[in-house]
Amino acid sequence: MRVALFVTCVNDTLYPRTGQAVVTLLERLGVEVAFPAEQSCCGQPQFNTGYRRETEPLARRHARAFRDITHVVTPSGSCAAMVRENYPRIAAGAAAEGRGGPWAEAVAAVAPRTYELTEFLVDVLKVTDVGAYYPHTVTYHPTCHGLRMLGLGDRPRRLLSAVRGLRLRELPGAEECCGFGGTFAVKNAAVSAAMGADKARAVMATGAEAVCTVDNSCAMHIGGTLTRLGSEVRPVHLAEILASTEGDVW
Amino acid sequence: MVTEETSQEPPAFPAAAARAVRNPVLRANLRHATHTIRAKRAAAVAELSDWAELRAAGAAIKDHTLRHLDRYLERLETAVTAAGGQVHWAADAAEAGRIVTDLVRATGEREVVKVKSMATQEIELNEVLAEAGITAYETDLAELIVQLGEDRPSHILVPAIHRNRGEIRDIFRERMGRWGRPAPDGLTDSPAELAEAARLHLREKFLRAKVAISGANFMVAETGTLVVVESEGNGRMCLTLPETLISVVGIEKTVPDWRDLEVFLQLLPRSSTAERMNPYTSMWTGTSDRDGPRTFHLVLLDNGRTDALADPVGRQALRCIRCSACLNVCPVYERAGGHAYGSAYPGPIGAVLTPQLRGTGTPVDASLPYASSLCGACYEVCPVAIDIPRILVHLRERVVEGGPASVRGSRVVIKPARGHAAERAAMRAARWALDHPGVLRAGQRLAARTRRLHPDRLPGPGRAWTDSRALPAVPAESFRDWWQRTRGEAGAPGSGRTPDTGRGTA
Repeated sequence: MRVALFVTCVNDTLYPRTGQAVVTLLERLGVEVAFPAEQSCCGQPQFNTGYRRETEPLARRHARAFRDITHVVTPSGSCAAMVRENYPRIAAGAAAEGRGGPWAEAVAAVAPRTYELTEFLVDVLKVTDVGAYYPHTVTYHPTCHGLRMLGLGDRPRRLLSAVRGLRLRELPGAEECCGFGGTFAVKNAAVSAAMGADKARAVMATGAEAVCTVDNSCAMHIGGTLTRLGSEVRPVHLAEILASTEGDVW
Repeated sequence: MVTEETSQEPPAFPAAAARAVRNPVLRANLRHATHTIRAKRAAAVAELSDWAELRAAGAAIKDHTLRHLDRYLERLETAVTAAGGQVHWAADAAEAGRIVTDLVRATGEREVVKVKSMATQEIELNEVLAEAGITAYETDLAELIVQLGEDRPSHILVPAIHRNRGEIRDIFRERMGRWGRPAPDGLTDSPAELAEAARLHLREKFLRAKVAISGANFMVAETGTLVVVESEGNGRMCLTLPETLISVVGIEKTVPDWRDLEVFLQLLPRSSTAERMNPYTSMWTGTSDRDGPRTFHLVLLDNGRTDALADPVGRQALRCIRCSACLNVCPVYERAGGHAYGSAYPGPIGAVLTPQLRGTGTPVDASLPYASSLCGACYEVCPVAIDIPRILVHLRERVVEGGPASVRGSRVVIKPARGHAAERAAMRAARWALDHPGVLRAGQRLAARTRRLHPDRLPGPGRAWTDSRALPAVPAESFRDWWQRTRGEAGAPGSGRTPDTGRGTA
């Protein structure tokens, strides 16, 4: 099987390890991974702040980058949700306003071919035990767009449960938002920081060494807050845990 | 539209919310109350195996009714009139206020008792009546607390949610006497004593009042029947004892017939008070010769609702049955409190309803669509499946880009709200850079080369991030550079990951 990695701009720029982990993991599972270099940002910051028309060139680029791919895999619940939920709306909006055409059809068409990493593993490859080894105590924070827009359900937890050496600690109030919310984090900084501090304290109370997510933008907020609170707990992307093996501990 | 900056104008949401976040008593009150009711609601909803079907039915009934609202409103008017009621149409808050004031004046009374009602909060009816020399007494316990405390409601269902027992005791002790029967001597903060003090104070109002003002949860078009659901019984008192009843109801409260009501009488109590069935359901159809009010007036309120109805994305907000489940799960509401939303409708539903009813012309109204992290918890619990995050994003577009909208019944193209020029430029610049991978890559490499020099705290707008959060460390190499170096153009498998990718915790 051949897939294309949609690494996301946040991972590309700030968390390349997560992209490397996805490549390592998928290749270990016998999947051939391509990285279309034409890809960039999916446009979520623009779209969610109200700049729908500014999103169109980015959606168009994204659809072009992944035009011939049957499985686009991304290590971000939020970016996957952006493509799946909002790309068809962007296409429909452009068409309704007279800017439609083949590009808009391509934008809508990439949505159903897009998989968040845990969806691809559990639903397409049908694996939950990926042969990972991660000798650490971990708590899991289900990030909102994966949880509610994609409906990831227990897929990440099933994958984590099968990891050898990993001790999973329950996170109290796990399904409460961490307060990142893209531009919300700076537009409503006080509320965002208060939500982040509550989440960080809940993470610290578990005694875990690391807080696992499927979204590094949320992890950047939680991790940055943990650092400010003087905590040693570090955020880790699920892909990095799953990439880790006894022969190659991440 | 010209907006005047006055001291009366509420501040934009972020400033008001920041003040609330710094108030530890408020934070504790809200956290305790919202978490308690959140858990109870989840249990009450989990009892029903057909909740998803009920929710879909609720949404479908509301959508159908809204689509044919013109027809159902006329049917309602005909039925109410046939049953002895009088129907008045109010295009906006001012007209509704005038109608109600004239109706009360015509009775010769100077006092009215009130059933808890969001529509009358929305049109600020108590203040309008006060200007006409008419005193309105709130009879819902929480509304009484708010009125005695010269405060504003901060929650749809629990208007005094921001108060704790000790604060309520103090308000009762100090203020009750000014409005009527004083609080008993030695009143403590025990819930039973507080409720008894309110009961004694209110009883005097119920027995004296000749005019009552209510809203309604539902209006059944088929028979012209109005429905109020409540927990305390104060509503039943107001709806049955006075001679004149005036009900002010938003036009979207219409349901076609009694079978539709069945769905909502299951959805509403479980979503709002987490009860299987609310203790009091009052229904009345016009007037009756031997019982209840002799005169009944129904004031049908538009006040921006037909404008919302004209918006294909925003109109679903009119499905709202005011259960407040979205407030109770909202992490932003929990920290900001209800007052920060600057309207009768706080929380997620307020953030999508207020900018549609009032427009986006004031700082607070333009800031409301941004009062959300888009976490989606509100949509998940909404008993009529209002996709609040989707409407928020839609209204954000209206704020920053303007566009077509309906204002007071006319199609107009509204201008972007002021104060977004810098943001628009930044968004455009970011989009341009992201649409030119060469530029993006150059930026990534520059950031990587200078990464040892990056400050821990940023000046200017960046402070909004770094005041509470450390910046992530910039890695030595971006993913695309790693891929290029290890896999080359062909994307062939090569060496493993780089030894130093500079994770945030490195």
